[in-house]
Amino acid sequence: MDLLPQLTQYAFSGLSTGAIYALIGLGFAIIYNSTGIINFAQGEFVMLGGVLTHFFLMVLKFPLVVSMAVAILVATAIGVAFERLTIRPLKRPTPLSMVIITIGGSIFIRGVAMLIWGKDTHSLPPFSGNEPLVIAGATVMPQHLWIFGLTLLVIAANKYFFYYTISGKAMRACSYNRTAASLVGIDVRRMVFLSFAISSAMGAMAGIIIAPLTMTAYDVGVMLGLKGFCAAIIGGMSSGFGTVLGGLLLGLLESLGAGLISSGYKDAIAFIILLLILFIRPQGLFSKAQTERV
Amino acid sequence: MLRLKNINTYYGQVHALRNVSLHLAKGEIVTLIGANGAGKTSLLNTLSAITPARSGEIHFQGEGIGTLPPDRIVELGISHVPEGRQVFKPLSVEDNLELGAYLRYRKKEKIAIRQDLEMIYELFPRLRERRKQMAGTLSGGEQQMLAIGRALMARPKLLLLDEPSMGLAPLVVQEIFRVIENLRREKGTTVLLVEQNAKAALALADRGYVLETGKMILEGVASELLENREVQRAYLGKEKKEIWER
Repeated sequence: MDLLPQLTQYAFSGLSTGAIYALIGLGFAIIYNSTGIINFAQGEFVMLGGVLTHFFLMVLKFPLVVSMAVAILVATAIGVAFERLTIRPLKRPTPLSMVIITIGGSIFIRGVAMLIWGKDTHSLPPFSGNEPLVIAGATVMPQHLWIFGLTLLVIAANKYFFYYTISGKAMRACSYNRTAASLVGIDVRRMVFLSFAISSAMGAMAGIIIAPLTMTAYDVGVMLGLKGFCAAIIGGMSSGFGTVLGGLLLGLLESLGAGLISSGYKDAIAFIILLLILFIRPQGLFSKAQTERV
Repeated sequence: MLRLKNINTYYGQVHALRNVSLHLAKGEIVTLIGANGAGKTSLLNTLSAITPARSGEIHFQGEGIGTLPPDRIVELGISHVPEGRQVFKPLSVEDNLELGAYLRYRKKEKIAIRQDLEMIYELFPRLRERRKQMAGTLSGGEQQMLAIGRALMARPKLLLLDEPSMGLAPLVVQEIFRVIENLRREKGTTVLLVEQNAKAALALADRGYVLETGKMILEGVASELLENREVQRAYLGKEKKEIWER
């Protein structure tokens, strides 16, 4: 096999997993920006997306699109309930206590999912057939294209929401200056609530679109969550372009590393990158110097 | 219009306001002067529910508002321009102004909001020139105008201003004080002005209060306070000698 088509092949699969990481990473960044919490339960919503879709599709025999929509709704409801029941009641929240709570929440959600749906891995059917396409000498599954398309759509919707709607602007205002946000009448708790809703919906979406390629089970959230976290760190926890690039870069490097070196190192690559970034450029790869006057 | 009675506010263990009482009539400009750490900012933060009082009563237009959250206070018509401007630096000037009308967006007042935006641009033409710019790139004076504009977008009946002159050139301060005066004249906005620049503040205000280590020590008509020896010595920077030998 020639090197070029092989590289194209790795690039395609790398970018599509990278897109998934980007979606998950955005979820991390959105919650981080509005609350200062790293929500380690983020991966569980990815898992819930896949597992719930499988449940609605295979057990309750809903059509695929309906199953996906209902799965996203249910996962979002769980995300919102998670915030209401665990984060909001805190009297004096410190970042550490909140992080520990999210880790606890993640273990809890995973455990309940295991009790309900068992330990088996499930697969979802691809959205449009299994016939591979050949693009530039590389074979590409149609599902990859779905992943690209839907990720792009979510990112565009995200951008629109945060930059062109008053609620989105209010969420950004809140992340930059909470006190000033309260002073113009923004209810900070409502913004936290919204950020959990958006993040869990995006996580669930990521879990659904990747499930036809990688299968889904009660414990897929751990690794996907960490990869998404890694993407967000590379992007400097920005809830925009940086994290998307971070996700794509991570996916690409993983796929190239697995293909050219050894697939055994696939996960190690992500964490080596994570550590390198934290050591060398903890503000993220793409954060630019801010121009600001006081 | 506004009446505070025996307000006590704490920051952790620090007793920032001790039995403070104050009142404002509709359309008045009242200034609150005092040294650093006297509790001026605490008083405004208590009013806007950023640091609620531990005891005491606050009545606004006859309604007890001491226990309401910050967004309800804004909704009732009290807007607070905080110390150090606190604009949303990475957002554009126009986004900052729109967010000032955040609660009104939720009541579907879009047309009125556009009109008010125009009004703010008339008031501060420099903000119109810079409407697409990030607020963080504005000069100090422009940020102060933006902070005031943002507060006005909520159509307040009572405006709380915390040290609007801080760090600004005298000409800019004059411009800002002129706007405050016009607001009262044209819209009947009531203003509670906190200032370290006591002279300028007393020249603008109808009445004044003097706060010292969390307690109200003096109150009176602004022109009388300007003549008061204690005020002159402590806050107007006149030497003891100069006052007594007059």
